[in-house]
Amino acid sequence: MADRVEHGQVTVSNGRYRPSGKFHHGYANSPIRNDEGVLMGVTNPRDVTHIHSYGGEAPFFESLSKGKLLGTRCDNADCALHETMFVPFRIHCPDCLSRNTIVDVTDIANRTSKVHTFMITERTGAFNTLEKPIRFVNVEFEGVDTILMGYLSVGEPEIGMRVVPIFQTENPTYTIMDLSWVPEGTQKSELLPGFSFGK
Amino acid sequence: MITFSKQQLKIPQMSRPVYMVTGGMSKFGRAIPEKRTEELVIDSFVEAAEFINMSPAELKRYIHSCYYGHFADHFGDQLLGEAVIHDRLGLDPLGNVGIKTGGATGGSTLWEAFKAVASGYSDCVLAMGWERMDEVPTDEGNHYIASAADKDWETPMGHIYTGYYAVMAQKYWQVFGKQEDSFRKTMAEIAVKNRGYARMNPHAQGPMKLTVEDVLNSPVVAHPLRALDCCLMSVGAACAILCDEETAYKLTDNPLKIHVSAGSHSLRVADRLNMDIPLLPNETPDQYKDLGERFPGGDRYPGFTGFLAARMAAHYAYGMAGIVDPTEDLDVVELHDAFTISDIQTYEDIGIRPYGEGRTYVESGDCYHTNPFTGKPGKLPANLSGGLLGNMHAVGATGIMQAIEVGHHIWGRWSEMHADEKKWAAFGRTKPDDWTDLQVKDAKRGLAISHAGVGSHVTATVLVHPDHELERRS
Repeated sequence: MADRVEHGQVTVSNGRYRPSGKFHHGYANSPIRNDEGVLMGVTNPRDVTHIHSYGGEAPFFESLSKGKLLGTRCDNADCALHETMFVPFRIHCPDCLSRNTIVDVTDIANRTSKVHTFMITERTGAFNTLEKPIRFVNVEFEGVDTILMGYLSVGEPEIGMRVVPIFQTENPTYTIMDLSWVPEGTQKSELLPGFSFGK
Repeated sequence: MITFSKQQLKIPQMSRPVYMVTGGMSKFGRAIPEKRTEELVIDSFVEAAEFINMSPAELKRYIHSCYYGHFADHFGDQLLGEAVIHDRLGLDPLGNVGIKTGGATGGSTLWEAFKAVASGYSDCVLAMGWERMDEVPTDEGNHYIASAADKDWETPMGHIYTGYYAVMAQKYWQVFGKQEDSFRKTMAEIAVKNRGYARMNPHAQGPMKLTVEDVLNSPVVAHPLRALDCCLMSVGAACAILCDEETAYKLTDNPLKIHVSAGSHSLRVADRLNMDIPLLPNETPDQYKDLGERFPGGDRYPGFTGFLAARMAAHYAYGMAGIVDPTEDLDVVELHDAFTISDIQTYEDIGIRPYGEGRTYVESGDCYHTNPFTGKPGKLPANLSGGLLGNMHAVGATGIMQAIEVGHHIWGRWSEMHADEKKWAAFGRTKPDDWTDLQVKDAKRGLAISHAGVGSHVTATVLVHPDHELERRS
């Protein structure tokens, strides 16, 4: 997606967001007319940059850029979900609401990941950055109680297929797009540019 | 393993009965550039007033508080749109509140309105829903809808909500459909049926005379879902008036008893932890012990194949209305057929069929107005309005539209509200030469299911003719 304008940047200092640069750009509107030239309405063009906190999930997104997949675990011995493992990463246990323990699941993912279900689409919404067709894979892991949604970037998906995670360690976006999946046995040369196997 | 407490499973006990006295709908369309939202809302309100032979001004005199369902503020670029609509309806200074629960917004609006009357806060309330999905191009619309998924973990992948249902369709087709072509055809039959029924509805946006082959040959949106497996993106409004008993009988001789309930589940389908299947009254504890043997891979519940939120909504609503077996106790249903696959999943979640056997509801002909195999009335006709596939999915209005359509059958006024040539002409639509009366004969009880976000919110609305109530369960 080509940037039409220079977008603002943000840092956090002393507990506050410090924006710099321009965060919004307005443009002239234009009339909407029907075939007979009658005024029906107007367009309202503008660009807006939102600021978004990852909060307690920040370690997950930082770790992707380092080739690591993190999950979390409830370690509250009094909780009905004690020792439940969550991938996607949950900051708090959904049952007892205590803070979960962060666990590196890269090795589990490398050894045990399988496609639980999948879909393939040529159609996308606006702002899509993935090459089409997109192949969603929902991945299950041994010892993990949830399933993780992701995208397959090599090969064709099948239910039960063994897959391994790959990570955008060069020029990471610090979003979920830094994590992708490939069939077990995929060669490094086949990976998306900037991606590598987990560490 | 998730378990539920007795307190959580309590059947709601309302303080007093609630009635639906009338409802009205606007025209539904993919785009309605000639009308502002407030004009559509007023169209629906005027229809509701006329339905009980009142002027809008007379009806407004009874309203005490207002409940507004409108999901996607970002489509219309108007926050607090409820205040605009409330003002244009001339209902200030009454209290009002906006409700948004994704695709279930319409149903949730009825839920809030129902509770307001049941509690005694108001004797007469307005439940009004609308949506305006034509003010951005379709791909931006798809992005906006996909924003209702988890924005950090799901939305960035394709920005296409259909994909989140397609993974469910793939899993269901492989596990319960056993990858059979016949199952795929059954899915397609739902699209043929509902779009065909939409041909008899002047409000409907997407009427089509189709064959199963047309559906199977339509463009792939997200494999295995094709364009005709997917619901419409719509503009329009619908409203209902709910009252206590005394007020209901002042407004009409024929109010319908209404019960509304709600359930929910994790927005991220993949986060849904395993659990035992919560049972409905027509199921037995041993019934699902061999589910994984009969359908390998089918023992992970709810996984990617069931909607717990729908099951919970049914649990509460069936208890309130005394329903034991929905196929026997109900006469007509409007289900949330956002996708053909989610329609089949819902048959199981709400107990029309056991888990794994949803397809037989279609294959038996039970879901049709007239069973195509026997020529007799369908046992439990579904989505005679055309549903979300053929009529509309103007999100905030959808659940209300469903309740009104069910109401028309129980009131015995379906034909009157769908046959009128003047209405067809006013909407700029041509009534088909083979227009068919879909009134369900002697309908006494009906159900509407409103559903959001791959099952994040589901409501169940049961409408009952007061002479045909069943005994509430506690």
